[in-house]
Amino acid sequence: MKNQNTDNFEQCIKCTICTVYCPVVPVNPAYPGPKQAGPDGERLRIKNNYFFDEALKYCLNCKRCDVACPSGVKISDMIQEARINYSQHSPKLRDMMLASTDFMGTLATPFAPIVNGVLPLKPVKAVLDGVLGIDHRRTFPKYSGEKFESWFNKKAAEKQKYFKKQVAYFHGCYVNYNYPQLGRDFVTVMNALGFGVNLLDKEKCCGVALIANGMSGKAKKNAMHNVEVLGKAVEKGLPVLTTSSTCVLTMRDEYPELLKVDNTAVRDSLSLATKFIFGLMDSGKVKLAFKKDYKAKIAYHTPCHLEKLGWGVFSTSLLKMIPGVEFTLLDSNCCGISGTYGFKKENYDNSQAIGAPLFEQIGRIAPDFVACDCETCKWQIEMSTGYTVKNPISVLAEALDIEETTKLNA
Amino acid sequence: MRFDTVIIGGGLSGLVCGLKLQKAGKRCAIVSAGQNAMHFFSGGFGLLSRLPDGTPVTSPFEAIDSLPDNHPYRLIGCGNLEKYASEAVTLLADCGVKTTGGGKENGWIISASGKPKQAWLALDDITFINSNEEKIGNSALIINIEGFLDFNTSFIAEAFEKQGIRCRIASVMTPEIDRVRNNPSEMRSSNIAKLMSRETARSAFMLEINKKYDDDDIIVLPAVFGLNSDEDVIGIRRNAPAKICFVGTLPPSVPGIRTQMKLKRSFEEMGGVFLMGDKAVRAEIIDGEVKEVVTENLGDITLTADNYVLASGSYFGHGLIADYNEVTEPVCGLDVDYCKERENWFNPDFFKAQKYIGFGVKTDEKFRARKDGRTITNLYVAGSILGGFNPLLEGSGSGVALTTALCISDSILGR
Repeated sequence: MKNQNTDNFEQCIKCTICTVYCPVVPVNPAYPGPKQAGPDGERLRIKNNYFFDEALKYCLNCKRCDVACPSGVKISDMIQEARINYSQHSPKLRDMMLASTDFMGTLATPFAPIVNGVLPLKPVKAVLDGVLGIDHRRTFPKYSGEKFESWFNKKAAEKQKYFKKQVAYFHGCYVNYNYPQLGRDFVTVMNALGFGVNLLDKEKCCGVALIANGMSGKAKKNAMHNVEVLGKAVEKGLPVLTTSSTCVLTMRDEYPELLKVDNTAVRDSLSLATKFIFGLMDSGKVKLAFKKDYKAKIAYHTPCHLEKLGWGVFSTSLLKMIPGVEFTLLDSNCCGISGTYGFKKENYDNSQAIGAPLFEQIGRIAPDFVACDCETCKWQIEMSTGYTVKNPISVLAEALDIEETTKLNA
Repeated sequence: MRFDTVIIGGGLSGLVCGLKLQKAGKRCAIVSAGQNAMHFFSGGFGLLSRLPDGTPVTSPFEAIDSLPDNHPYRLIGCGNLEKYASEAVTLLADCGVKTTGGGKENGWIISASGKPKQAWLALDDITFINSNEEKIGNSALIINIEGFLDFNTSFIAEAFEKQGIRCRIASVMTPEIDRVRNNPSEMRSSNIAKLMSRETARSAFMLEINKKYDDDDIIVLPAVFGLNSDEDVIGIRRNAPAKICFVGTLPPSVPGIRTQMKLKRSFEEMGGVFLMGDKAVRAEIIDGEVKEVVTENLGDITLTADNYVLASGSYFGHGLIADYNEVTEPVCGLDVDYCKERENWFNPDFFKAQKYIGFGVKTDEKFRARKDGRTITNLYVAGSILGGFNPLLEGSGSGVALTTALCISDSILGR
């Protein structure tokens, strides 16, 4: 006889440790807290959905409760699943706009200079704030005039086939529409390590913003499409890498847990670029040569979703490996933006209050720049501190002696 | 991923071991599946307050010889135990954890119920007295924060009055506290501590205390100050009209979490790698040696080291798993010392000594683990996963955690 229970909420021993690490509770008393919103509420909700509380929308889905729980309770999944199953709230126009990162990106790309010029204007911000509920104090990420995919197909695709080893790249919406430079840096680094880069057969947004904004139906469609195109790459024996900790967490863990989309065929092939590169280094399969004169004082912020994945150690190990780097690991804190959450007028103040300890610590350290594997943390930290935030892959692209590294791995 | 030592368990024992090794120049990784028992810490470190037969102990080091042969303290030996105990005080201080006590004799702290409880060493902000007869004053003003349910003022007053201390009970409210109260189920110690880390919130709180104060000898407050640093505690003390006596609350323990955070921060500052929220799922053991540890999050990138430490805790930490008919150790499948007949695991009288608490993994005299009757030469065991002692009855939980961690670190360092 085994002492086991299939209902995960039964594992909760009511120790309240999750509450200690929830970033929302101290700033927003309207949020019931992870224990109440998760296992305690679940017990009631499965009896009657009358007990569902719309205040669960205040959960950031940062997953710090899961990381802290000593009993292995999947608290954040319970909360997000309850929102999917029971919420009566339908997404507003604003929520749909914020959530549809790829659709909005496609619309904005041809008009990027205009969109980038218009969005920061006061009257436009006033309309966004007053009509839509997007906070006027929020700085928007800029749209790029050329999508990463277009650049890749024009400038990079051709030479990729000459590499003996190959990887696939899930670039995500941010690299495609807002910051293609990160994608280019990724291609530079992988090529130097002797790997050709392949794009997937038309990836769609991983769906994280759709889930957060109550559009799980659309998220599920994206998930099914992505699992199919990821599958094609995996069948060819390609590892699939991302440069976004949230994209990889969503496809790896949220697809099966929240959206009930089976990803077993691709799950273990999905990885973060820094984890993949660390693995190659660790097993002696690649060698890195760094520029002799590279110097930087770097403060690294571990994004919440990377804390959950437990892979922060790979990014930090790679950064620490660079000679000439003075490295500080920032305290484990949420930056407060949580994707589209911090864009909403009703969340703005709480979002900034959550991030305050992180912003203060960055100010005290005064690094040359902050490093981080998450694009929305980047927006939040850049807006709130004035410091530039770089993805570790971009830092590697800067610090590596590309020519020498290419020779070492040829 | 290669380290000198891989430690499974991020509680008091695992951290102390990691700190000592890291300080000695060894690269360590700690794998911690969730947070730990420090979150329930009373603020008093117990070394030994009672013998297994219930006899009270006042001089813990002198009582070691009366313990059973397989007790972890007997394996360490009396002379070494004193050495490690004082080393623990220094190590804590080096991490910024200030303590009082720690001498030859046990002292007492005031427990959450107001009754004195034996402790060998206490965190600086917890009131530590030399004898349970010692009166901490003639009159006390016992203050709670309105709406905070994890601090029972009337229990404390009842215990104090038995000692002849006159007590007044009051509760304090400020607009900021009222805001936290909007969410009664989350009005917990850690959230009050987060609020009180703001200077303005503390000043408003102290203003209210001053209004209630009327020449009482001491002011009793719940220990809900200073989650991240000592500054908040110092601030409260500095601005109080009388001596402040902090008393622990129901969990989560603010002083315990602060201690844990300081130890973890020091470990990371020394270059240690702390894998929070990761779980060791398996250890590869070949020819009596651990070759690698596989974790849930790192997957195909395994942890390898010269030496491994298992400090994964007892039942709460899932270091030991009790099923209906067996007690097992889930990561390495080690030999566990427990009695086969389940009816002997527990005493139906809840307050009597419970045998299951004394179960633990089998080790040799150097705390090296055993599997299938054979010693694993590079796997050391520390803390509450060890058997042969009853922390609840003996008041020895934190003492065993600290001293076994320091003892095995010496073995690993070849000392």
